[in-house]
Amino acid sequence: MSTAAAEHVDSNDEEHEHPSDAKYMQIAAILAFVTALEVGTYFVEMPGAVLIPLLMVMMVYKFFYVAAWFMHLRFDSPLFTKFFVTGLVLATVVYGILLTIFEFWHKG
Amino acid sequence: MSDTAAVSHGHGTGTGLSNNKLLMWVFLGSECLLFGGLISTYLIYRGRFGDGPAPGDIFDIPFTSVSSFVLLMSSLTMVLALAALQRGDIRNNRVWLLTTALLGSLFIGGQVYEFTTFVREGLGYTTSPFSSAFFTLTGFHGVHVSLGIIMLMSLLISSLRGTLTKERSETVEIVGLYWHFVDVVWIFIFTVIYLVPSPTS
Repeated sequence: MSTAAAEHVDSNDEEHEHPSDAKYMQIAAILAFVTALEVGTYFVEMPGAVLIPLLMVMMVYKFFYVAAWFMHLRFDSPLFTKFFVTGLVLATVVYGILLTIFEFWHKG
Repeated sequence: MSDTAAVSHGHGTGTGLSNNKLLMWVFLGSECLLFGGLISTYLIYRGRFGDGPAPGDIFDIPFTSVSSFVLLMSSLTMVLALAALQRGDIRNNRVWLLTTALLGSLFIGGQVYEFTTFVREGLGYTTSPFSSAFFTLTGFHGVHVSLGIIMLMSLLISSLRGTLTKERSETVEIVGLYWHFVDVVWIFIFTVIYLVPSPTS
């Protein structure tokens, strides 16, 4: 193994220092709180122009928290993130175009 | 560390990363396209309910909220199962694996109850384009959760046989990645399909 490869492996070992159980529970409590806020919007009268962006922000927040902490993307090699984000971006672009073709944004 | 365990942890591979883990991430990236397609199809057809029940009339948000909470908490128990095995704590690893499988089963039970209620209220798979898109999307997700439960039970059996050790913790990590992805997909489905106001009849 070359020196560079050996250093890479060492850096990966360092990256594998994962959080404590208490930290995971703290993350879960935050996710539960955001879910409660999301559900709370169902019981509150709110205009769509405010409600939908608010729900999208909370959804994306939860997504990133699970991906970063529970899926360990925060600690693992950036290559894993790149593969996942490629699929995510590709899906967003392809289906964004599809929804535009079907005039979803106008008809709703 | 044995040679097999060393390779599975990325030592000795070309990238310095585990090939199995890399493959799982590529698979999850491709799954984004599958679920993106199903969610988009639902969004296009959600207003086409014909004479059948409309989404806004039939969804039970409080019930689905509880199911969503159950699945979210199963992500916590999954990560605790992995952390326990990485410490060499076999007993807690088994406890958390079993808890995750039970929470997943509870979610699936909720989905079966929801589907049964919808069918009783006149929303079958072929009732309308909306119903077909809804059952296909949520059904596909349910199948993913069910496969996850089978994987968790396989891990538990492996652990009881004494073959799931600290050195093989990457197997739990890979199943965990799949499980968290299924949770992340539900985060999208719950918001976009259930919480964003739906058309009513």
